[in-house]
Amino acid sequence: MYILLIMKKLFFAFTVLFATLSYAQNSLPKINVVNVEGETVNTSQFANDGNPTVISFWATWCKPCMRELDAMSEVYEEWQEYLGIKIIAVSIDDSRNSGKVGPLAKTKGWDYDVYIDSNQDFKRALGVNNIPHTFVLDGKGNIVWQHTGYALGDEDELYEVLEKVSAGESVN
Amino acid sequence: MKKITLGLLALFSFSAFAQQDPKTGELHGNFQFDGQIYVRDSILDPNKEAYPDERFLGQGFMNLVYTRGGFTAGVRYENYQNVMVGFPQNYRGEGITYRFLQYSTHGLDVTAGNFYEQFGSGMILRAYEERGLGYDNVFDGARVKYSRNGVTLKGLVGRQRKYFDKSTGLVRAIDAEVYLNELISGMSENKTLITVGGSFVSKFEPDNSPIYNLPQNVASWGGRVNVQRGGFSFFSEYVYKINDPNADNNFIYKDGEGLTFGLNYANKAFGIAVSGKRIDNMSYRSERNAQQIETLINFIPAGTRYHTYTLPALYPYATQINGEQNIQVEFTYNVPKKSGLGGKYGTQLFANFAYAGSIYKSPVDGNTEIGEPGSQGYKTQWFKQGQIKYYQDFNIGFKRKLSRKWKMTFTYLNVQYNFDLLNKGLTDQVMLKKDPSIIYLNEFVLEMQYKIKPKHYLRFEVQGLFSEQDSVGRAFDELGAGSMVLGLVEYSISPHWFFSIQNIYNFGNPDENFRLNYPYVNVAYSNGPTRIQLGYGRQPSGIFCVGGVCRFVPASNGLQMSITSNF
Repeated sequence: MYILLIMKKLFFAFTVLFATLSYAQNSLPKINVVNVEGETVNTSQFANDGNPTVISFWATWCKPCMRELDAMSEVYEEWQEYLGIKIIAVSIDDSRNSGKVGPLAKTKGWDYDVYIDSNQDFKRALGVNNIPHTFVLDGKGNIVWQHTGYALGDEDELYEVLEKVSAGESVN
Repeated sequence: MKKITLGLLALFSFSAFAQQDPKTGELHGNFQFDGQIYVRDSILDPNKEAYPDERFLGQGFMNLVYTRGGFTAGVRYENYQNVMVGFPQNYRGEGITYRFLQYSTHGLDVTAGNFYEQFGSGMILRAYEERGLGYDNVFDGARVKYSRNGVTLKGLVGRQRKYFDKSTGLVRAIDAEVYLNELISGMSENKTLITVGGSFVSKFEPDNSPIYNLPQNVASWGGRVNVQRGGFSFFSEYVYKINDPNADNNFIYKDGEGLTFGLNYANKAFGIAVSGKRIDNMSYRSERNAQQIETLINFIPAGTRYHTYTLPALYPYATQINGEQNIQVEFTYNVPKKSGLGGKYGTQLFANFAYAGSIYKSPVDGNTEIGEPGSQGYKTQWFKQGQIKYYQDFNIGFKRKLSRKWKMTFTYLNVQYNFDLLNKGLTDQVMLKKDPSIIYLNEFVLEMQYKIKPKHYLRFEVQGLFSEQDSVGRAFDELGAGSMVLGLVEYSISPHWFFSIQNIYNFGNPDENFRLNYPYVNVAYSNGPTRIQLGYGRQPSGIFCVGGVCRFVPASNGLQMSITSNF
């Protein structure tokens, strides 16, 4: 009973927080990540010339993440052509697999900007609990949409969101 | 500490009303809750080990972070009411376990309170968290970072988290990293990109031992290089540690060292990755008697492929911080579209081989046993193969799109698993005196996905694990021993719903009473950053590894729930 009471209280607190704070994370935190060439890049340089950006957190061992990135890869050219979007794939692989990230992206034919966040500083700053986790940034670099997990076909919903963001419409 | 917490909370409650205004800053955070209602299952668990008195166990956490300009402050509250079966039991309790203030401006970054950090590959220092596995060795102290013109300097001092407490030892560390192409103007156009780095780490812990004369300050240092040109990349790091008698190495006075390297090449058609390492007595903790996942200063990853399919994941390799040599080669090849083997849409082939074994050990002299406490421990040679095989894995497979509706992936694995080391935790000196028991595994995984119509998909998995074990292998009366098969069907309706049903049949258990089925059903609902998941059924026992340490989770039966979100 005691546990249930605590849970009830917690859920109530969460609900209140949600009601007042949903999508409070507006701007992208400025964190250093490393690109596949080994160069340190600050996330404040993730801008895409006024067009929307997709940031997808993944890892080489995360199968749903790979399915999501593969699925987006098949349509990426069209998305770029129609909406001018950019996809940034941030790997949270640590030194066990971080060396495989660059070769994997290349042989998969992913034309994304690929970065490694090996101690999960960027992931933590964005409050990501589990991967895959995908964010959409509008042309000004504000976070306007996010999604956790990946089910096959989720890229269709993402495309609908990107169309709205591209047209300057609200997605929430 | 209390004052800081209160102050932060006050800050949050104040800012909560105006989080979107850049002048007052932004507040955001996340939370997760996992729980399980345990069901009595007398076949799985005759001794009630996985049937807690509480019946319902749950744990959760919530992070809150406030940012305004270059200023960031955060707290995390954790709650284990009570900690779930198989999770480190010392987490029982609740409280604020993480709080920090951080300010950054023009390349300077100062943190007071808790922080995570990694130097190089982490082989000399890495503080990180794996919340789902209970791993958290965060520092509590102060850190300064400064970056300019391709040079990054870091300095820190702090004590590490140990459950709801802190380690007795103190860690002091500095690190420098230089990206030469940015620092040296003549190199900016150079196609060869070079980064070099170096670290110095020292821990202090009082010597309270009545038996030994222990070093109170233990220093370590290391250097690393990263070179990139075209499709090639090379990384290597070397670390050295002075003598550090501790519970892991059974109080030997030998110095420690480690070398790791990786060499990769990739283009659009194929990729190859070779990596290796040699670790000799590199357990490095801020508390010398710490166990398991407690207060590790460094991080040494397992140099084998990380398997996440259910059955292959039952026999994982864990890196051996007391010593190991390891090599891994991975190869990927894209068979072109419309060729005979490639099919209409192309096929990807992959293969991976990994070996891990002991380093070569011989006695220091005729009167001392290998690994004798209080001695130099053993002598070793760099280029001589060690006497004991720890693990070997060869896996090969392909991935192919069959039509617009069907995709398939097939993987075959051949694994040799040292049961004495990886399940029983026997030391080299014990295994040198007998034949270690090795489990030989042949495994396959077939995965198919099918598109019913837009946003409606089915996914299937069939897995088989066939084990041959000698008579000293896994104890015959054990659950989960022997061969098994798995079937899984998943149905997803994007973007909200996910259903799955799975069964494992342990048909090859040497004990007929343990030839059990493990059925499990799962449903999940996702909406934006929120995901709620419910699962019910039997789960086989398994081993979960993190940071070179593995934890055994007993088989259980019950209703599991999980909710996660961020804002």
